[in-house]
Amino acid sequence: MTIEIKDLHKNFGKNQILKGIDLTIDEGHIYAILGPNGSGKTTLIKSILGMVIPNKGLIAVLDKPIKKDWRYRKKIDYLPQIANFPPNIKVKELIHMIKDLRNSPSAEGELIALFGLEPFLNKKLSTLSGGTKQKVNIVLTFMFDSPLIILDEPTTGLDPMALIRLKELIQREKAQGKTILITSHIMQFVEEMADKILYLLEGEIYFKGNIGELLEQTGEPDFEHAIAALTTTGSHA
Amino acid sequence: MLKILKYSFYDLIRSRWSYIYFLFYLTLGFVLLFLNNDVSKAVITLMNVIIVLIPLIGTIFGVMYYYNSREFTELLLAQPIKRSSIFMGQYFGVAGSLALSLVLGLGIPFVLYGLLRSNAIFDFSLLLVTGAFLTFIFVALSFVIAISNENKIKGFGYAVLLWLFLAVVYDGLFLMSLIVFEEYPLDTFSLVATMLNPIDLSRILILLKLDISALLGYTGAIFKKFFGTDLGFLVSMGILLLWTVVPILGLGHKAKRKDF
Repeated sequence: MTIEIKDLHKNFGKNQILKGIDLTIDEGHIYAILGPNGSGKTTLIKSILGMVIPNKGLIAVLDKPIKKDWRYRKKIDYLPQIANFPPNIKVKELIHMIKDLRNSPSAEGELIALFGLEPFLNKKLSTLSGGTKQKVNIVLTFMFDSPLIILDEPTTGLDPMALIRLKELIQREKAQGKTILITSHIMQFVEEMADKILYLLEGEIYFKGNIGELLEQTGEPDFEHAIAALTTTGSHA
Repeated sequence: MLKILKYSFYDLIRSRWSYIYFLFYLTLGFVLLFLNNDVSKAVITLMNVIIVLIPLIGTIFGVMYYYNSREFTELLLAQPIKRSSIFMGQYFGVAGSLALSLVLGLGIPFVLYGLLRSNAIFDFSLLLVTGAFLTFIFVALSFVIAISNENKIKGFGYAVLLWLFLAVVYDGLFLMSLIVFEEYPLDTFSLVATMLNPIDLSRILILLKLDISALLGYTGAIFKKFFGTDLGFLVSMGILLLWTVVPILGLGHKAKRKDF
């Protein structure tokens, strides 16, 4: 399995965000991590990346516990939720810098062409629009060849053309046997891409399975309503 | 860590503020030498400026850099880099570029003036060394403050308060306690109290090397007896080093536990 999480707890002050998550992520699938705002999706992802330090529990990536380690991040490509880049450097410089820091082979040329970013290479990041920044973000994430890809809200700000390209890109990576985690609020995108759904509610895993099982369990006619139903039954429970 | 240091350093060297800081010292050096026409006197005037200004600039620059590079830090945190390397790299980048501005900015005019042939070279080097120490100390302190405060305004506030306390308020309290307890022997107390504040320590260290300690009266004699010796000098340098290392360790400690 790619990721194993046992009894993961995290609180920020008095605010309990994750309340004992147990989870295994198997190789070669696309997982969608869903849940209402503030349910702990980003905290869970950041815990896997080691950006948030759990209060309790164990996380293992590719069969190795991640505590006090950083080398495992070489096996992860991460797309952060909000593309916050250093404002004063050029797109080209940023790409070069990340390549230099990461020291792995990369395929940025093809991705730059795919998203039509050539005209922006010599522009400063602060001058780019939200969607263009997100394209740069995507290039930075996909240019390395790592077995695990984590995408936090990858569709934010993308135009339809770029969205189609992104979907193709994700499918291509999956075909290579990579494991992909996605969070998104766009249900149509999730339905199209994901094999498995993880539904987080108030810091616990409320549902895990594929879309067929979800429809069966909730008795709703389509995916979007099924997710909505999970949310409402959850808050009643 | 070296790669992060390199990027932070280049980032700062390219920024306008580093140039302004550098040009300020360059101008100060030339003007003082021109007006005084005497290296020793210029060193004294410089000391008064440096002892207050370096901590202030170090504090403000440190806090500003930390908050401004938050996005960059977050980007780096998801990369295969050790956490402590990220923060140490940034810290040494900031402190290093500030120290370089100081040393070059003051060094160039003095060298041109003929410092190498004058006997004030030791005083001047001491001035630069303590200046560099103060830079490293106050940038480290400001990084610790910034990493402990998510709120920029609070972080800035605490950093400026720290500077104000060590540069101004501390001396006031020190002086008051000397007056209040004047009936008691205060030799050890004043020595220790001086050691506890890096700004005071640097000031005394330079003053005593400049042979104007006679101005300090009786207390001056005690200070001279302690700081003037080789042992006193080494102890003071050791304490300045301690003032640098402790906040850096604190920064490492904080960085390990913080959530982003």
